[in-house]
Order: sequence, then C-alpha cells, then structure tokens
Amino acid sequence: MSHHIVEVKELKFSYPDGTPALNGVNFRITHGESVALVGANGAGKSTLLLHLNGYLTPQAGSVRIGDMPITKKTLKHVRQTVGMVFQDPDDQLFLPRVYDDVAFGPTNLGLPPDEVKQRTLSALALVGAAHLKDRPSYKLSAGEKRAVSIATVLSMSPSILVMDEPTSNLDPKARRQLIHLLSEFDHTKIIATHDMDMVLDLCSRAIVLRDGEVVADGIAQDILNNRDLLDASGLEKPLRLQGCPICSVASLPNKLNVVQS
Amino acid sequence: MGSIESLFFDIGHLDALSSKDSPIHRVDPRIKVLTTIYFIAVVISFNKYDPAGLAPLVVYPLAIMTIGNIPFSYIMKKLLIASPFVLSVALFNPILDRSPALDLGLFSVSGGFVSFASIVAKFVLTASAGLALIACTGFDSICSALSRMGVPGAFTIQLLFLYRYIFVLGEEAARMVRARALRSFGNKGLGMGVYSSMIGQLLLRTMDRAQRIHLAMLCRGFDGEIHHVAPSKICLSDVLFLAGWSGLFTLLRLYNFPAWLGAELGRLI
Repeated sequence: MSHHIVEVKELKFSYPDGTPALNGVNFRITHGESVALVGANGAGKSTLLLHLNGYLTPQAGSVRIGDMPITKKTLKHVRQTVGMVFQDPDDQLFLPRVYDDVAFGPTNLGLPPDEVKQRTLSALALVGAAHLKDRPSYKLSAGEKRAVSIATVLSMSPSILVMDEPTSNLDPKARRQLIHLLSEFDHTKIIATHDMDMVLDLCSRAIVLRDGEVVADGIAQDILNNRDLLDASGLEKPLRLQGCPICSVASLPNKLNVVQS
Repeated sequence: MGSIESLFFDIGHLDALSSKDSPIHRVDPRIKVLTTIYFIAVVISFNKYDPAGLAPLVVYPLAIMTIGNIPFSYIMKKLLIASPFVLSVALFNPILDRSPALDLGLFSVSGGFVSFASIVAKFVLTASAGLALIACTGFDSICSALSRMGVPGAFTIQLLFLYRYIFVLGEEAARMVRARALRSFGNKGLGMGVYSSMIGQLLLRTMDRAQRIHLAMLCRGFDGEIHHVAPSKICLSDVLFLAGWSGLFTLLRLYNFPAWLGAELGRLI
C-alpha cells in the first residue's frame, strides 16, 4: 500500500459557464517522482490541480490518491496526503501570525498540543523560517511568504506536494533557494509552472497540457529539448538550453531580427 | 492617494504596539476584555447631565497606556479621526435642549451643553479604552479570548479575517487608485463612472480571493472552527486585575467623587 500514487483517468471538467477546462486527462504518478505540469495560460493546469485535493469533483473519469478514490469520506485523508501550496501566499497565509498559520493544519488534524508545536517548529526550521514565527504574515517579503506557505503544508506531513507556480514573483536568489529547498524533499512532487529552467533543475518528468489534454508525458529533458512540441503548446525551451546569444550563431539571426525591427 | 497607504501602515503600527512586553501586555486577554467591557458599561450608565462624574474614570485608559507603553499621541490621533461621527450626533443637543441646567452665577449653562459635554466625554473614555485594549493585547488574541468566552465562532472568525485581509484589500485598492491616477491627466478619468466600476472590480476580486482562501483553509482541514494554539491560563494576578479595576469603577459609579471633593474643598476654604 502506498499513499504516494496519483492516478488520473479520463478526467473531464467544464466550468458552470460552459468553458471546457479538462478534456480527458490521463496520467499516473508514482512514489517519489518529481513531475512538472507545463502548458500555456488556460491550458487547464490550475483546474487539474484543484481536482487533486478534491476541491473540484470530476464530471467524468476519476482521480485516485494512493489506494483510494476521492470521495466525501476520504476527503480529510486525501487533503492530509496531498499538501497544496497556492500561487498567492496571501491566500495561503490567512491567520495574523506565522506560527498560528503553520500550526493551523496539524491542529485541525486533532493532534495533541505538544505534537502540534513540535511539527510547527520543525516545518518552519526546514524552510529556514524559524526566526519568523512571531511575525505578522502580511509584513513578510515575498520570498519569506513563500517559504512560510510551504511550511504550512509540510507541518501536516503530506506524502505528495502539489505546487502552483512556486517560483513566481521571487527574486533570483530567493528562487534559487526555493529550488534548492524543494530538491531536498523526497516527497512526490507535482509542480505546475512556466519556469522551464526550474523544471530542468527539479523534475525528472514533464506532462504537457494543451487545451485540456495531455499532449506529451515523458522524461523532462527530452520534452524540454523538443522545440516543435513546446512551440505548439505555447512554451519555450529553458533559457539554458537555448544557444548563447553572444557565442552561438544558432540563435543570432532571431536576435538580430528583433533588433532590426 | 497616499492617504490610503498611510492609513493602512498606521493599523500595522497598532499591531506592532501589541507585540511589546509590559505588565499590561501579560494580563490574560480575557481579563482585559472583561475589564474593558465593564468599564464601557459603567461609563455609558452615567446620567447625561453628569459629565463631571465621569472625570475620575479617565484613570483607567491613562493607566493602561502609561504602563503598557502606548504613546498618547497615537491614541489621540485615532480619537480625532473618529470624532466627527460623535460630534455630528451630539451637535444638536445644545440647540434642542435649552433649559438651564447649571447655574454659574453670572450666566447659566443649558442642559444641551451639559449633555453635549457628557457625550464627548463618554466617547473619549470608551474609545480610548478600546484602542488601548487592542494596542496592548493584539487583535488576534482578542478574537481568541472572545471565542473562548463563548462568543460564536462565526463572529470571531469574521473579525479575525477582517483584520488579516484589510491589509490585502487596502493594498489592492491602493494599487488600483495608483493605476488610475497615473493614467488620468488633470481631472479626466477621475469621475464617478470610473470610481463605481473600480468599487465593483474590487468586490469581484474580493469574492475571488475569498474563494481561494476558503480553498486554502479546506486543504488544511478547516472544519468551521479555528482552534487556538497555546491557550493561556488565568492566574491570581489576572483575577486581582479584574477585581481591582471593577471595584474602582463600581465605587466611582456609586459615589460622586468630584462632588464630594468639591464639598470637602469648600469646607476647608
């Protein structure tokens, strides 16, 4: 038995106004995998993520976390298993003080106060935010908010981490620290992002979504090198895999065109 | 434009004050809430023609601010901001109530002016006590104290979230105001039409955000109640704090201290 498996089968979903969002999505993610979910804006990434913790119910198809399908009864367990970090930390940090926010999940799980305290402090220490515990969360910097957001989820000891754009709005240093932090976790990771260079650093596998369908699912390196596929999906090669504009001739004409026009 | 931003910065200052440490800060929040409620009840119960009787009660907010290291000027500024509401309520008293109430020999003061003074005094006392309570307790502690005293969760959670998200809402509004100001030249673009659609926009954004926050809460097992961590215990000094102040308020309510003082002084002279 493993809690670390995420299985999505023929998942379909349209929003109440009729906008189709997911159009038969299939994949299976196993223990310890680090998977990037990439695709243009509106490709269905966020809608898919909302299915993984049972916030949205499939209109057709199924989502299984570990050995159980997501139903009303399993919801509590699923939400503890799947830790979800939102794009905007202001949505995630809803209590006035950092400590209370990180302790919110464990307290709701009904853990004894000592355990709550220990988990809260160790989650904060893990993301390097132990010194922030008494600060009001609205006063933190974007990087600090992001770290604390991750701690709020880690304190519930989830087996699967789901993240929506974890590197958005961060300065380069904070982004690098975050990537380093995430690379140290041995959780199953599902990361929806536009940051292709981070995918190169963190993910062994990539799933490309286009118009609510999976158009590619495979080794991240291969997908990130497939220019045609990326182009058709509204994506681009990671900057590191593009030629150097100074020493490589390959990408020069492009650049010159831009300059001339 | 800058005023919205500075206003919110100012609320943050109130929060910063609450993280200081002093004997007042250490008193259990429930005790402070109860004492303040009793204080407010006593102040309100005074007769409207007896502003002098209220005077000694000023000792409570003064003591809290002094011991709690809360700057007077800060509280006074907040009182000034709120004062127009009270003044507009009390303004008609001197006009409507012209019966002489106080005879000062050469001239007499009408009942309206006496009750006007009494309303203003009650406002200063109750509002400064409330502000001092927040400044030396912290809004989150007050909310948790209220819920532990049996106030329904729906109410305390609303209060808590109001306080957390007023900053986010303020920033959002400030960004919109800034964006509008930067693209409106002269008075064009500053009219009512744009203003009302901005308010609508703000409402829609707020509803979206509310939904996302609710989702974030559900993801972490929210079941309709916020369980507060590390509950504080009421100790003997807290009980003494409550008993001492309540006793004093009751005494000042039952015996007209200024009148007695006046009479004693008169006798001495």
